[in-house]
Amino acid sequence: MSELKYSRDHEWLRVEADGTVTIGITDYAQKELGDVVYVELPEIGREVRQDEEAAVVESVKAASEVRMPVAGSVVAVNGTLADNPEQVNVDPAGDGWFLRLKPSSPDQIAGLMNEADYRAYVDSIRK
Amino acid sequence: MTQPSADEGIADGRNTPLYDLHLQAGAQFTEFAGWRMPLRYPDGTLREHLHTRAHAGLFDVSHMGQVALRGARRAVALEALTPTDVIDLPAGRQRYALLTSHEGGIIDDIVIANLGEELVLVVNAARTATVLPHLIGEIGRACEIRRLDDLALLAVQGPAASAAVATLAAGLEQMPFQSVRTIDLDGAPCRISRSGYTGEDGYEIAVPAADARDLARRLLAQAGVRWVGLGARDSLRLEAGLCLYGNDIDEHTSVLAAGLDWTWSAVRRPGGARAGGFPGAEELADALEAGAAMRRVGLLPEGRAPLRENTGLLGEDGSIVGRITSGLFSPTLERPIAMGYLRADCVAAAAPLHAMLRGRAIAVGRAALPFVPHRYHRKSDKR
Repeated sequence: MSELKYSRDHEWLRVEADGTVTIGITDYAQKELGDVVYVELPEIGREVRQDEEAAVVESVKAASEVRMPVAGSVVAVNGTLADNPEQVNVDPAGDGWFLRLKPSSPDQIAGLMNEADYRAYVDSIRK
Repeated sequence: MTQPSADEGIADGRNTPLYDLHLQAGAQFTEFAGWRMPLRYPDGTLREHLHTRAHAGLFDVSHMGQVALRGARRAVALEALTPTDVIDLPAGRQRYALLTSHEGGIIDDIVIANLGEELVLVVNAARTATVLPHLIGEIGRACEIRRLDDLALLAVQGPAASAAVATLAAGLEQMPFQSVRTIDLDGAPCRISRSGYTGEDGYEIAVPAADARDLARRLLAQAGVRWVGLGARDSLRLEAGLCLYGNDIDEHTSVLAAGLDWTWSAVRRPGGARAGGFPGAEELADALEAGAAMRRVGLLPEGRAPLRENTGLLGEDGSIVGRITSGLFSPTLERPIAMGYLRADCVAAAAPLHAMLRGRAIAVGRAALPFVPHRYHRKSDKR
């Protein structure tokens, strides 16, 4: 299991042993959002572009789009979120994962932040 | 993830007198009508909402405008701006009322409290800058109008509110719904009413800014009382079927379409002793005769995805027959709920409605308002 990578839009990405990538939203993102009551995930097999808003996460009050940190095809989605969307709040980097992609341009992964850079980034926007 | 940040744009927000208590409580803030307001506390909107329904929530609503009208002609003057009976509003009572425009729209929804020697109006935060000049321009020569700037406003809402507030002074638990009185709390002159905007039993207490922290601390020390933010205030009021100005009603909404014609008192209606005499009176009388083209209704989107404001409502043939004005996930019902305007001929019809959400058709059911029954403290159930 590799180190997590992060996007500026507060998604995390983990490269799995088989070369697929798991994607979710960060702890910072779930805290900003508040209680998650609904998650909409793309269909398996769908091709997504980098930065495409391919998933939606909703709190009591507002909907937010989840941008894909890399391009690829959707190979799995976290079906448990349909009945337990609160997993996104409870365990955003674990049981609250959103989906898994088979990246079409794996070089895009290198353009994401590592944990230290992401922490510094979050500190900078917290001001 | 792209979303409006909770902390966005509050650089020049004005703080309420309770700001540091919110900070200590770990609040996340949001800008609302130029104020920096607690959106939620670490418990989060869902738990705060459910806590209010089960126990009691303490809300800082100090951003709301408070205006006092004095002078012998104050009630007559105010009647010229609202369909509600103000002259016969007894001392010690308050009423929900609308300030209407000449076009028959709604300038604001307010509460009018009769304190005996003065009338106090509580107006929406986002409308204070419009309402105050309106009052001064229209009735400023007939009565003295003073903005009560140095007052905080706290709301305690929920089944535990009465026991908590009863510890402040004798007799408060006996106050009936929509009664109001002045009271001295440890030397601080306060105004307290049995009212609120959550559908629950509760109180609203106007307290001098300098004394607001002590009062909040006293209330928070009572069993079952916790801070609740604006996020849950919105979901509570929508479950209670209550309008949010700017979403569900505005200057272009007719009183009748909004279903708020019950605020038009009998004595002010055609044939009544003081019929008409407010802005838009003829338009409203005509509308009542003809019926409104649109009606405010409760809506139940199928599934778990909330339908948000400005989502179109579509009839069977796909034509637009309405629009959602408030929509969110109901913590009590654990499902999406919404309020909106529907073409009058579609309100009672059985024909299915739907809405488009991200390219998918979502079936939308009609529902009676409120979604969650009111639990006001109505003695002998008189209104």
